[in-house]
Amino acid sequence: MRKLLTLSLISAAIFGAMPALASTGTAKLMSAEGSYEGMFGRFDRAQLQRGFQIYKEVCASCHSMKELHFRNLGEKYGPFYSPEHANPNENPVVKAIAKGYVIADVDASGNDVERAGLPSDRFPAPFASDAQAKAANGGVAPPDLSVITKARMGGADYIYSLMMGYGHAVPHGVVVGAGKSYNPYFAGGVIGMAQQLTDDRVTYADTEANKGIKPTAAQESRDIAAFLQWASDPHQTERKAAGLGVMLFLFVFALFTWFSYQSIWRKVEH
Amino acid sequence: MSGPSKYIPQSGFEKWLDKRLPIIRFANDTLIDFPTPKNLNYWWTFGGILAIFLILQILTGIVLAMHYVAHVDFAFASIAHIMRDVNYGWLLRNMHMVGASFFFFAVYVHIFRGLYYGSYKEPREVLWGLGVIIFLLMVMTAFMGYVLPWGQMSFWAAKVITNLIGGIPFIGETIVTWLWGGFSVGQPTLNRFYSLHYLLPFVILGVVILHVWALHVPGNNNPTGVEVQDVEKETVPFHPYYTVKDGFAIVVFLMVYAWFVFYGPDLLGHPDNYIPANPQVTPAHIVPEWYFLPFYAILRAIDFDIFIIPAKFGGLAAMLGSILILLAVPWLDTSKIKSMRYRPWGRIAWFVFLANFILLGVCGFMPAEPPWTYIAKAATFVYFAYFLIVLPALGVIESPDMPPKSIADSIHPKADKSGAGNPVNVVVK
Repeated sequence: MRKLLTLSLISAAIFGAMPALASTGTAKLMSAEGSYEGMFGRFDRAQLQRGFQIYKEVCASCHSMKELHFRNLGEKYGPFYSPEHANPNENPVVKAIAKGYVIADVDASGNDVERAGLPSDRFPAPFASDAQAKAANGGVAPPDLSVITKARMGGADYIYSLMMGYGHAVPHGVVVGAGKSYNPYFAGGVIGMAQQLTDDRVTYADTEANKGIKPTAAQESRDIAAFLQWASDPHQTERKAAGLGVMLFLFVFALFTWFSYQSIWRKVEH
Repeated sequence: MSGPSKYIPQSGFEKWLDKRLPIIRFANDTLIDFPTPKNLNYWWTFGGILAIFLILQILTGIVLAMHYVAHVDFAFASIAHIMRDVNYGWLLRNMHMVGASFFFFAVYVHIFRGLYYGSYKEPREVLWGLGVIIFLLMVMTAFMGYVLPWGQMSFWAAKVITNLIGGIPFIGETIVTWLWGGFSVGQPTLNRFYSLHYLLPFVILGVVILHVWALHVPGNNNPTGVEVQDVEKETVPFHPYYTVKDGFAIVVFLMVYAWFVFYGPDLLGHPDNYIPANPQVTPAHIVPEWYFLPFYAILRAIDFDIFIIPAKFGGLAAMLGSILILLAVPWLDTSKIKSMRYRPWGRIAWFVFLANFILLGVCGFMPAEPPWTYIAKAATFVYFAYFLIVLPALGVIESPDMPPKSIADSIHPKADKSGAGNPVNVVVK
């Protein structure tokens, strides 16, 4: 028992020290207040739809999202899932979104052609090559957004903070080059991306779910953070739901094994 | 404990098979009848936990290998494909990834338990040595597995660690080129790491079988460190007594594991590994997985030349030495008393060693700059001093308490009031 206590003290110390260890010298992140955080947190579908709108109208002009297919949007727990169309390839909203994109393809005779997108297509990249992306963006290619919330410490909160992190006074000693911006949430503080999300940058659809939601910079930042969180980890809801069942099962199983253990060892002095 | 087999073949088939290949007898003797000391505590359940995790890693790994593509251009995307499109791919991959962490956590508990209760001492030196070999194989397997997703940390970890071998005098550079299959970490490197990552777990499985065999000859050590004298009074058959106790511990351990799999699969990893590998961009801090941090700290602590030995080779030698020294522990520890329960100074030294090991982990995580470079050097010294100075010396100068005369005595301390468990000031050599 005493040893168990020692061990738990040691692990408590390690876990307590972890946030301090994890800090990388950038500003403390602001919370995106995501409904998807925590064991019971789930995505807000209307928010995912707004977030997708921002990705499409703002982010996609520079950032690729190449691991995602249009069909992902209509998958269960995705922004445009509809129970009538369990197969997302048949989802009319997804089909319409895909159709709005031009996809480069090769026809049966080997000629380069351009055709309308299908749900099975991947999101096309805004630049033909990495070199082109670099040349058009001051020498640094904008990162792909497929797993961006997994690839940054703080995840969705990082995205929210970064979007909201413009307009701060540049501290002494930080040199912001031409075409660059200062953002305290970005590693090093100098970022190639200019401020993107401002009030009324997009116009949200006038739906029941969006009632009373204004496209302020903060709202847009929260929405894109939610969408990118979903895009990085589309099975999050399934994972959390399955986890609940697994934990419950293991708990009951543990009770059964505990009582079996007690009953089998009852007559053994040890 | 090996002894006369109590197995009696029941059916005709069992009798027939028993005369030809007594495999059922073997299973019966090792998993069912095996006499196990009554007084094992929960620290002994980690052996069973490790067996479960080895199987879990192999099973999830085999399925992941069906979907993974070992190519520098597609490896990263194939992981995304597994996480998004493969049915329950997210579950398999999270289980495998988090499983590695829990496998290492369990193996550290298992090793430190062995160090505390003297499980490496006669007649268990071979058992212990096989365990060290398993640990070494686990380190290699996990390292190569971490390279496979071909993220930034994968690539740079592979580069930093393989580069170290270049520090071996005269032949180092040649070996590194041979290991890489080229002049830098690239496609041939990824392919062979994949091949070996698939192979080594089965080598581990083989050595685990030897490990279990070597356990079943002398039998389990126990918290008193006193060998079993009366099999009837002091042991119980492994089944059902320890299958149910280990089973309970395994289920509880799996609950913690499941929490990470379902609610924090990336908590134990590094975000940079979700950035595709880029040989042109070095990450700000290259850190290995948490379970390698103590050894990484030892590697970096040797940043000075020792006479003619260059720092690079010194670091590599210290890192390898810090694991291989475990092989010599049965002979470095001169105390006749197995369990630290009865070694007042040995016990303190063990706790200091444990705290120092965790401190080394923190050093490995921190950037290599003062004061961490100094702390890492001191902690590295303490690590080796425990094995090379403390264990050999304590056995001679320490006055241990008297262990109970037998396991039965430790269970019934009242029966013998005369001395069991009381400290006596004799030097035990």
